[in-house]
Amino acid sequence: MSLTLRVNPIACVGHGMCAELLPEVIELDRWGYPILTARTVPRPLVDHAKRAVRACPTLALLLEQGTGKHR
Amino acid sequence: MAGRRGRAGEHPVTTMALVPRSPRGARSPAAQNLAPARFRPPGPGVPRLLAGIGGLPPGLEGHQLRYGPMPVRGLARGRPGRLIDLAEASGLTGRGGAGFPTGRKMRSVAAGPGSKVVVANGAEGEPASRKDRLLLTRLPHLVLDGIALAAEAVGASEAYLCVHGSQDSLLHSLDRAVLERQAADLDPVRIEVVGLPHRYVSSEQSSIVQFLNGGPAVPTFSPPRPHERGVNGNPTLVHNVETLAHLALIARFGDRWFRRAGLPSAPGTTLVTVSGAVRNPGVYEIELGTSAGQVVALADGPTEPLQALLIGGYFGAWLPVSAAWPVPMTHAGLKAAGGALGAGIVIALPASCCPIAETARVIRYLAEETAGQCGPCVFGLPALADALAQLAFSGGASGSDGSSGPDRGRSLAEIAALIRVVEGRGACRHPDGATQLARSMLRAFPADALRHERQGPCHGVARPPLLPLPGDEERDWDFR
Repeated sequence: MSLTLRVNPIACVGHGMCAELLPEVIELDRWGYPILTARTVPRPLVDHAKRAVRACPTLALLLEQGTGKHR
Repeated sequence: MAGRRGRAGEHPVTTMALVPRSPRGARSPAAQNLAPARFRPPGPGVPRLLAGIGGLPPGLEGHQLRYGPMPVRGLARGRPGRLIDLAEASGLTGRGGAGFPTGRKMRSVAAGPGSKVVVANGAEGEPASRKDRLLLTRLPHLVLDGIALAAEAVGASEAYLCVHGSQDSLLHSLDRAVLERQAADLDPVRIEVVGLPHRYVSSEQSSIVQFLNGGPAVPTFSPPRPHERGVNGNPTLVHNVETLAHLALIARFGDRWFRRAGLPSAPGTTLVTVSGAVRNPGVYEIELGTSAGQVVALADGPTEPLQALLIGGYFGAWLPVSAAWPVPMTHAGLKAAGGALGAGIVIALPASCCPIAETARVIRYLAEETAGQCGPCVFGLPALADALAQLAFSGGASGSDGSSGPDRGRSLAEIAALIRVVEGRGACRHPDGATQLARSMLRAFPADALRHERQGPCHGVARPPLLPLPGDEERDWDFR
């Protein structure tokens, strides 16, 4: 079972913390909203991903078990 | 070709029977003399749904004369899920745009925990669609039958029929129809008619669910999806009103009857709304698999030479007329051609119109209709609309003089980049619908797009807008 990232775009207001803490997987678009460059989090980055999830002020970044089939 | 005429709202609506290709569509002379076809299936071909329009007493009485009594308690005797089996065997798919198998959706709601809810979606947010309004104004009891039957089948204790709240006369006529049924003790559940705020995104299914739960009519983050946790947290079956009308016929005449129209892979009939440069715009019932060209012919053909069809509405796609003509009107057929069936909207674009300007106007409208929740949609769609307006009306230069400058020739690249950055990043399909339309414009009209970028607007931009938009009369389309 792998861990996948997902953004709740309604909750996200573009603080950009996630891209600071997890630049390997998250970049920001021209308006400052996150773009996931990979759904599945590589194993060495899992701790960083958890930190990014905790740091999101609006709880918009989600780390989930599974295939990442949901958008 | 037998024709029946009706009116839906302010728009003329013509309903006609088309019997394409299939010799099974022919009726014997004896059968034609039986009018109304009491308790008989409305023929193997078309019209089916629209067979009930005209020639009979209005209201419940005429409806029952035409289609026979609703078999709700008869079907339920023994096993309430019988209709779900029929729906699955019929191959009926959702007629609201997504085309999800109806029976499968019903089964997953029926299998969910606790009490269930049925929601009929008649909000019809697409500005160029009239089919749901036609059904609700002319054949309300067919839709209400479908709601009652679906509620019985999934074991629902609540049912709602949602329409746009700005349509006062429609709300009243539906309330009257529901009361008529209550007086006849017809329905197993109480059906409540609900008016939604008039916005494009209100008709999205999660918007409706949130509104019925007391919130704003804007989409929510999913999962959970409505069939898992919807109204009051209960599994909720959301069906388009046309889907429910088909279900009402399947309950009466069976899955094999349903499959006698359309294709084996896409059975049945569907309603399409045809507009643009055609002689007789209106709502038509076709067998699935009828070609797009035949649909234009049904509307008595083009009024002037055509260059393209917009199929599927404003979440649909442009197809050049030569490519579009033979395409079968099915989800799979249109997808293979780079388009989408959506809710069955066909708009014929004459050669004298500018497809770039038409697209720019619609994307501006869609940008204004964002729910304002997701950043990529809130910022991305207006940026896309700006870039398209730039291309359409100023010819690709972003300088205020619109004639020259270092940015000339960059708007096409900008449009492509914006499409990529917006797509798939909203909570609902709103941004994706808009980008699909913009992308199809680039694909269908590459020469026009290049010409605009290099040489400025074409003559077509001076034509009045063809594609209908709500509130068009107050709009300034800043033609420069």
